[in-house]
Amino acid sequence: MKLSRMRALALASATSVAALVGSAANAVEIEYWQYFFDARVTAMEQLIENFQAANPDITVKMTHFPYADYRTKVAAAIPAGEGPDVVQLFYGWLNDYVQAELIQPLPADVFPAAEIDEQFFPMVQAMKDGDQYWALPTAVRSLALFYNERLLDEAGVEPPTNLEELVSVAEATTKRDGAGNITQVGLTAGMTAQDHHWWREVLVRQFGGEPYLDDYRTVNYNNDAGIAALEFYADLFMGDTPVTAIGFMDEPQAAFKAGRAALHIDGSFRIGALADIRGLKWGVVELPAGPDGTESNYSSYWVNAITTKAEGEKYDAAVKFMEYITSDEAMQIWLDVVGELPAKPSVGMTEANANDPVFGPFIRGLEYAHTTKFVDESAQRQLMVEAVERMQLQGMSAADSLAVAAEAEQKLLDEYYND
Amino acid sequence: MKLYRDLTIRQKQIAWAWAFLAIPVLFYGIIRFYPTGNAILISFQDWNLLGARTWTGLENYEKLFADPVFWKVFRNTFVYLLLGTPISLVISFVIAYHLDKTRFLHGFLRMLYFLPFMTSAVAMAWVWRWFYQPVPIGLFNNFLASLGIAQINFLNSTTNALPSILAPAVWAGLGFQIIIFMAGLRAIPRSYYEAARIDGVSSWTVLWEITLPLLKPTIVFIVVFSSIGFLRIFDHVYNMTTQNPGGPLNSTKPLVLMIYETAFSSFDMGYAAAQTVVLFLILLAVSLLQLRILRDR
Repeated sequence: MKLSRMRALALASATSVAALVGSAANAVEIEYWQYFFDARVTAMEQLIENFQAANPDITVKMTHFPYADYRTKVAAAIPAGEGPDVVQLFYGWLNDYVQAELIQPLPADVFPAAEIDEQFFPMVQAMKDGDQYWALPTAVRSLALFYNERLLDEAGVEPPTNLEELVSVAEATTKRDGAGNITQVGLTAGMTAQDHHWWREVLVRQFGGEPYLDDYRTVNYNNDAGIAALEFYADLFMGDTPVTAIGFMDEPQAAFKAGRAALHIDGSFRIGALADIRGLKWGVVELPAGPDGTESNYSSYWVNAITTKAEGEKYDAAVKFMEYITSDEAMQIWLDVVGELPAKPSVGMTEANANDPVFGPFIRGLEYAHTTKFVDESAQRQLMVEAVERMQLQGMSAADSLAVAAEAEQKLLDEYYND
Repeated sequence: MKLYRDLTIRQKQIAWAWAFLAIPVLFYGIIRFYPTGNAILISFQDWNLLGARTWTGLENYEKLFADPVFWKVFRNTFVYLLLGTPISLVISFVIAYHLDKTRFLHGFLRMLYFLPFMTSAVAMAWVWRWFYQPVPIGLFNNFLASLGIAQINFLNSTTNALPSILAPAVWAGLGFQIIIFMAGLRAIPRSYYEAARIDGVSSWTVLWEITLPLLKPTIVFIVVFSSIGFLRIFDHVYNMTTQNPGGPLNSTKPLVLMIYETAFSSFDMGYAAAQTVVLFLILLAVSLLQLRILRDR
């Protein structure tokens, strides 16, 4: 009796183990990691739901955590065989991830390079190495000029389309108190926000230069074009009639949100935050064109990649998942939920999207956008911040200050690429 | 078991002592000394947190000593220390000395002084950051503007920014120091004061000859404690200058902030570890020096 019971128990446990193994073979679970940002998580939940409905044998588990811990956790988890099969990373981190062997290239049969070159916006080609892609974005971001409708109406001016108009509109909408202190800026300013991108990729080009050479390995703004661009920028707050002030209301976007700034250059990711502000009527136009009509923009994006941890059936599932999250359908969902722009012209440049009053200017900007290949974005931004501070706080000339910045940035680039 | 039974009582006591000590020993070993040793090791390596660690010898230290930003930051760190510690020591003693004599609303006043210490440094730093803004949102500058006085650039200035950040940091630490000083004052036997009063000594002499000498252990503790605090200042600086950490032009950047940026924004762990080792040596030297100078002879 006792023996038979034990045998039955053993049999039962053996079958249940077999059943478990069996079901595991049918249902693959892969893990997806991204950093926490409310709208992105919601959008990804929707994508996962759709994907699982189409692929009932695959489940995707999403993990997200604060941006600050992201890199550390990914770096610790993957070599240990834990963590994500598909991971989201900033385009500027790609080199580090490739060198650390944390991600593997996308299979060329499912993601043929020639097709991707053709289908995606050109800046995505930064993710290409030879004839294969390392990673692909679902969405991209670009810059545009936000304007406060009420303040522009009050001053009786139209949203600017070129730099000259930008200055005149900003002058018309700047307000001062009796002592001459600015109480409302015409245009927000601060290299700490998006202005360093505007200066680097837009203003320098509009004043006839090209910010970098050799695939972003050589600094090329320390010349007349760069100086002219920096002088134009500095004149906005250091000129005879400043139309803005650095640090006005602490942060540029705070000033615009509070309705104390008429014009504000920011990324498409700001749309969501501005949509909820009560009493703020705003619109968007493309970035102002340069003196000779040159248009330019800066674009950045987050990409998804398959990690080296994914093998066998998990790898196959990961490839399928990558295919789905870079599909047209996924891009439209991402645009609707997060407000980030589709990475393919075929989705972005549809009649409805390109003429959308809010997304339109951003999407049109993508066509002529450039993507800076940063080696250390915050350090490179800091150099721009300091270039302006040397002029404003220490009275250095634009030429001298720019020379210091160029030298320091070149040193950063050399250190990274010569390692 | 037999092995244990054969031990003498003294040996058993030792075995038990170690059994209980094992927890803190393990704790210190794993949580404190192992990472410390590891940090020293990393300071001789090149590591971006993702790839393999490679040995670079003294390269990180050479880079550090040749880096003008490091020397600027080194200077800032000592300005925080040399301004912060004496100022907070004097203010907290004066407040504690008078508060000790006050009976009216004593508990309430003590709470008011202690409150900033309990407040989150991050929240406090942000509130002060907004106080310091130019018009139209800055409290101080709005006040100046309403009097028709010119604006003061508190944070956007290479000279004013450091004292502006130090002020709330000193204020936040006062509560703790006042409490310690008051405990020290209470611990001085009343009989000394009574004897002094019988002798008819001036209150200045009482302060100078009785109170201060007997407060020496308290002063030593506070000086060492607050020095370490100011050498490690981070929260206030980081939160008051987030978009431009340690700015403008590195004029407010302390060593800890430089370490943080090198490690978690540039991901240059080896270089950050080298800075950490230097900070450790500074803290060690300053603490030993103070203990030596202020020790009872």
